[in-house]
Amino acid sequence: MSANLNTSLPLEYQSEQNRMNILGFWIFLGAEIVLFATLFGVYAVLFQRYAGGPTHQDIIMIKEVMIQTVLLLTSSFTMGLAIFEMRRNNLKGLITWFVITLLLGAGFLFMEVNEFIHYVHMGATMQTSAFLSSLFVLLGTHGAHVTFGIIWATMIIIQLVRRGLTPVTARKTFILGLYWHFLDVVWIFIFTFVYLKGLVM
Amino acid sequence: MQNKAKVFPVSHIVGFVLSLVMTFAAAWVALKTFYSFNTIMMIIGTLAVLQAALQLTMFMHMNEGEDGRTQTINVVYGIFVAIVIVAGTVWVMSIGMHTHH
Repeated sequence: MSANLNTSLPLEYQSEQNRMNILGFWIFLGAEIVLFATLFGVYAVLFQRYAGGPTHQDIIMIKEVMIQTVLLLTSSFTMGLAIFEMRRNNLKGLITWFVITLLLGAGFLFMEVNEFIHYVHMGATMQTSAFLSSLFVLLGTHGAHVTFGIIWATMIIIQLVRRGLTPVTARKTFILGLYWHFLDVVWIFIFTFVYLKGLVM
Repeated sequence: MQNKAKVFPVSHIVGFVLSLVMTFAAAWVALKTFYSFNTIMMIIGTLAVLQAALQLTMFMHMNEGEDGRTQTINVVYGIFVAIVIVAGTVWVMSIGMHTHH
């Protein structure tokens, strides 16, 4: 694998194996788009089936949602900066932005857990109505992805500290970066078609 | 390559500022204006698609590298399937509702 390194390319693209892994991850992201599409489709059908339970207007806390949105959007930006530093061969800058990204992601997750607790306190549980079942599944699937991303990223930071920047650690970092940006892309649609739409109705 | 890399992440900053502007513009249109539901959905839906495209190109660099074309085709196909799933589901389920009521 390390025999044929094309050093004119950025670290993460230098070996054939790396290029294949990155392409493979893009194909995985294509499948993720479809996974979230099925959940958005279910939500789009059930979003008014309140079954006498709470409606969007009853439970959505828009200020908190805006903060969550800015946290995740900023974390996508800082992840971009981390990869930018990686391409300048600046390990310290990479790890710094990487850690900031994770803290922002953890902040987002903390707020989402609080949001769920608030919903349940208001009597809006997964079992209350079809609307809430589809809402919790959509938000929960996204939140589970963020949780997994934080665990995954923590392990990659440990590798970066131990092994430094190599074509292998650079490729792993780059792929995690793609995953993290993708979670923000999904959130844009949740923000628009769940929260904003719910409040406009 | 590393030595020739830019010192300042211009495209990231532009992308971030544009994303923030689009997020708050969507929130403003949805919460502070009084257009019809359909008009508002059209505007904020367009903003969401633009912002997603911006993330894919300016942050994820979807079309870079020797597989950039393949990656782009794959994502575009994923989006096509997503539209078929969401629009198809809504269409089929709403027709069912109308005939039974």
